[in-house]
Amino acid sequence: MTGNEMSGDARGGIERHRYDVIVIGAGGSGLRAAIAAHEAGARVAVVCKSLLGKAHTVMAEGGCAAAMGNLWPDDSWQVHFRDTMRGGKMLNNWRMAQLHAQEAPERVMELEDWGALFDRTEDGLISQRDFGGHKYARLAHIGDRTGLEIIRTLQQRLVALGIDVFMECTVTDVLKDPSTGSGTGAVAGAFGYWRETGRFVVFESPSIVMATGGFGKAWKVTSNSWEYTGDGHALALRAGAGLINMECVQFHPTGMVWPPSVKGLLVTESVRGDGGVLKNSEGNRFMFDYIPEYFRAETADTEEEADRWYDDKENNRRPPELLPRDEVARAINAEIKAGRGTPHGGIYLDIASRRTPEFIRKRLPSMYHQFKELADVDITAEAMEIGPTCHYAMGGIEVDPETEASVVPGLYAVGECSGGMHGSNRLGGNSLSDLIVFGKRAGDAAAAHAAGLPEPPRISEDDIAAAQRDALAPFEVEGGENPYTIQQDLQQTMNDLVGIIREGPELEQAIVKVEEFKARMARMAVEGHRQYNPGWHLALDLRNMLLVGECVAKAALARKESRGGHTRNDYPGPDPEWGAKNLVVTLNSTGDGVDLAEKSLPEMPDELKQYFED
Amino acid sequence: MGYDLSMRVWRGDQSGGDFGDYTVEVSEGEVVLDAIHRLQATQAGDLAVRWNCKAGKCGSCSAEINGKPRLLCMTRLSDFDPSETITVTPMRAFPVIRDLVCDVSFNYEKAKEVPSFAPPPRDADGKRRMAQVDVERGQEFRKCIECFLCQDTCHVVRDHEENKPAFSGPRFFLRFAELDMHPLDTHDRRELAQGAGGIGLCNITKCCTEVCPEGIKITDNAIIPMKERVADKKYDPLVWLGNKIGLRNRDYDGRD
Repeated sequence: MTGNEMSGDARGGIERHRYDVIVIGAGGSGLRAAIAAHEAGARVAVVCKSLLGKAHTVMAEGGCAAAMGNLWPDDSWQVHFRDTMRGGKMLNNWRMAQLHAQEAPERVMELEDWGALFDRTEDGLISQRDFGGHKYARLAHIGDRTGLEIIRTLQQRLVALGIDVFMECTVTDVLKDPSTGSGTGAVAGAFGYWRETGRFVVFESPSIVMATGGFGKAWKVTSNSWEYTGDGHALALRAGAGLINMECVQFHPTGMVWPPSVKGLLVTESVRGDGGVLKNSEGNRFMFDYIPEYFRAETADTEEEADRWYDDKENNRRPPELLPRDEVARAINAEIKAGRGTPHGGIYLDIASRRTPEFIRKRLPSMYHQFKELADVDITAEAMEIGPTCHYAMGGIEVDPETEASVVPGLYAVGECSGGMHGSNRLGGNSLSDLIVFGKRAGDAAAAHAAGLPEPPRISEDDIAAAQRDALAPFEVEGGENPYTIQQDLQQTMNDLVGIIREGPELEQAIVKVEEFKARMARMAVEGHRQYNPGWHLALDLRNMLLVGECVAKAALARKESRGGHTRNDYPGPDPEWGAKNLVVTLNSTGDGVDLAEKSLPEMPDELKQYFED
Repeated sequence: MGYDLSMRVWRGDQSGGDFGDYTVEVSEGEVVLDAIHRLQATQAGDLAVRWNCKAGKCGSCSAEINGKPRLLCMTRLSDFDPSETITVTPMRAFPVIRDLVCDVSFNYEKAKEVPSFAPPPRDADGKRRMAQVDVERGQEFRKCIECFLCQDTCHVVRDHEENKPAFSGPRFFLRFAELDMHPLDTHDRRELAQGAGGIGLCNITKCCTEVCPEGIKITDNAIIPMKERVADKKYDPLVWLGNKIGLRNRDYDGRD
C-alpha cells in the first residue's frame, strides 16, 4: 500500500482502518513484532515513515550478538549476560539482559530458516566475529552488511505472510479511549498522515507496538538517518508513558570526519574487531593510555600482547581498541582535544598496514566501498580519518522486560525506542539481537492483549479533530520561521551543550535554549501544500526532536556522575548511589514540558549476581 | 573550494511540471544530495525528494542525473565540471508523485509474486550447515539495496509501460536467482521465473548491471544462469524426455 487509493467515510472523510495490532516503524524490531503478532493470530499492520526495507536497520554493519558457541564452545548466555551488564555499567535492567542473552541464538537461527545467508565457519555453521566488550567472538554476520540482511529477511517473511504495510505514512498521535479515564488510559488507535497526499488516516487498534528507533537526528554529527527524530519516545511520552536512561546517549567512536557531506557516517566496529588500530597524529597507538581500572584485568597492556591476541585469544588479553564504545569514544575525544588529531579533526584508524588488501576487501566490503566512493580513500592502502558520532539512544520507553508493555495499557515498545536493555552503554552487536528477541516478545504480548479485550476500545472524535488541528498548525502561520533553520540550531545546541562530554552550566544553558526553541516553534511556518511536502514533515518531526532533547538535557543535568554514555566533566567518576537508580521522565501536568523522578533499579537475584563476583 | 552550482531540477506532479533553475552554493567534498538539501533549506522548502541514510545503503534517493539513473547520495559533485549545469529528474520508468519522488509500488507488487524460501528441517543438533563458497553466490545478490535503478533503466519497462504486468524486471530476476542458488532452498522456481516473471523478455543488454550502485553483476551472474536453467529444463530434448519418463525431479509449483 503506498496511499494511492483514497478512501473516506461519512465521519469527516478521514480514511480509517481497523486492526488488532498496529506496529509503528518497519525496522528490524517492528518487522519482527509484526511477524510474531501475525503468527499469534492477530490482524496486524505496519505503519512506517519510509518505504518498506529502508529503515535505519539497513545501516547496521558489524553483526548480531548471540552466544551460539559456533567458534568458542565456552561461550554461553551467562557470559553474554555478564558482558552486556558490564558494558552497560550495571545500569541495565538485569531481566532484559538475561532474556536477551538466552533467546538471541534461537532468534538468529530463525532468520536462517527464513532465508538469511550468514557467513560460515569452516564447519559450515554461522560465522561469529569479535567486537568490543564481548569476551568471545559472537557476532553472527554477513560481511559488514548484517543489518541489510536482517531487514531484508524479515521484509521477505512479512511479504510471504501477507501482512499489510502502510508505507510513507507518519503517525503523529496515539489515540486513547476516553472511557478508560485520564492519566495513563488505554490505547485505542493512532492518527497519522500519508506523506504522498498529506491526507489523514486513523488506525483503530487496541494494541500499538512502538518500534520507531532512536533520536540521533537531534544532534548535528550523527550516524543516524533522517527518520531518527524520537517519534516513538515523544508519542509515548505524550500518551502517558515514562522514559528511562534518557541521559545515556552513545557516541560511536568511529564516524567519518571527511568529507563534510558524510561527517558522522558510521565506520563499523568490525574494522577494529578485524585488526584495525587507532593512532594519533604523532603515530602513537594511544588506546594503551586509556585503559580504565574496571577493564584492566582483561585488556592487553602492551602492543605485543594485543597483536598476539588476534591469533591466540586463549593466552592473550584483548587489545584496548576493543574496549566498550564509551571508553574508546572518550579516549579519541581526549586525544583530539590535546591537539593530536588529524587535519580534519579526527584520529587515524589504520587497518591498511596490518592486513592484506584481499583480507580487507573480503571482511569489510561495505567500508571499502564507502570510503572509496564517498571520500576517495582506499582503506587497503591508507588510514581512515575518524571521530566520535552520535549513534544510539540507550534511553527510551520504560517497559516490562517479559512483554515490553509500557504503563499505558495496550502500548508496547521495542528496539531503540525502548529503554533498560543496554544500561548506560550498548555493546556493538547487541542492537540487532535486541530487535529480534524483544520484537518477538512484544508482538506476542500485543496480540494477546488485543485478543483478551471484551470489546474494542473507542476513539473520541474530538481527539481526532484535535490531532488534525495540531498537524495543520504550521500551515496557519504566515511569514513565520522556516523549520529547517530551527532544526539546524537545535542540532548545533545538542552537539555543543549536550554532547559526548557534559558539564552542569552547559546543560543549564541547553535547557534555557530548549525554551527558546519552543517559542520559535510556535511561530514556525511552512510553504506549499500538503502533498509530499518535506518542510511540513520536518515541522512535525521537529516537535518530537525538541521534546526528546529536553528529556536528555534535563536527565543529564540531574545525573551527577559519569557512567557509560553519560560523561560529566564536573562529576568524573561513577557514583554507586546513582548506579542503583534510573531517572524517569514524564510529561508535566500542563503538557508543555517534562518532569523527572528517581526510581530504584530492580534487584538482581543472587544466582545472577554470582557472575560478577570475580 | 566552494562555488555556485547551477542546477535544473524537475518540479511538478502527475498533472505535469517543468524544470526549475537554481543556483546553489556548494563546497568541496559534497554530493548531489547535499545540493538538493541546501536547495530545500534555503530556497524551496517544499521540494520533494526521497532519502534516508545518505550513505548508499538504503537505496531511497534514486533519481536521474543528467539523464543517468543514479543515487543522489553517491554522486559526488567532483565528478562534474564546476561550470556545468546539473540536471536532476525523477526516475522515468515509474509514475511521478511529486518533484523527484516516484510511485515505486510496482516493485512491491512484484515482490509478492516471488514464492518464499522453503528450507528442509534443521540438522539433528538444531543447526544448519552450508559452505561459505556456496553461500557466496546468493550473498552477491543479497547486497541489493532495492534502489530500483535497474528497474528504471531496463528498457523492457522503461519504454513499454504495457510490459509491466508480464515482466518483473532485473531486481526480481536477481531474487529468483538468489533463491534458486540458495544451498538450502527446496523449491524450483524456474517455471515461475519464466512464466510470471517473464525472464524470457530480457534480451541481455546489461543496462541493469551498468547502473547497479552495489556493483552486482545482475546480467552475468543472475539473469544469464537463470535463463540457461530455464532453457535447460524447458527446451533440451533429452531433459524433456527425462522429465517425461520420471528420470528427473519434477518441479514443485513453487508456492507455499
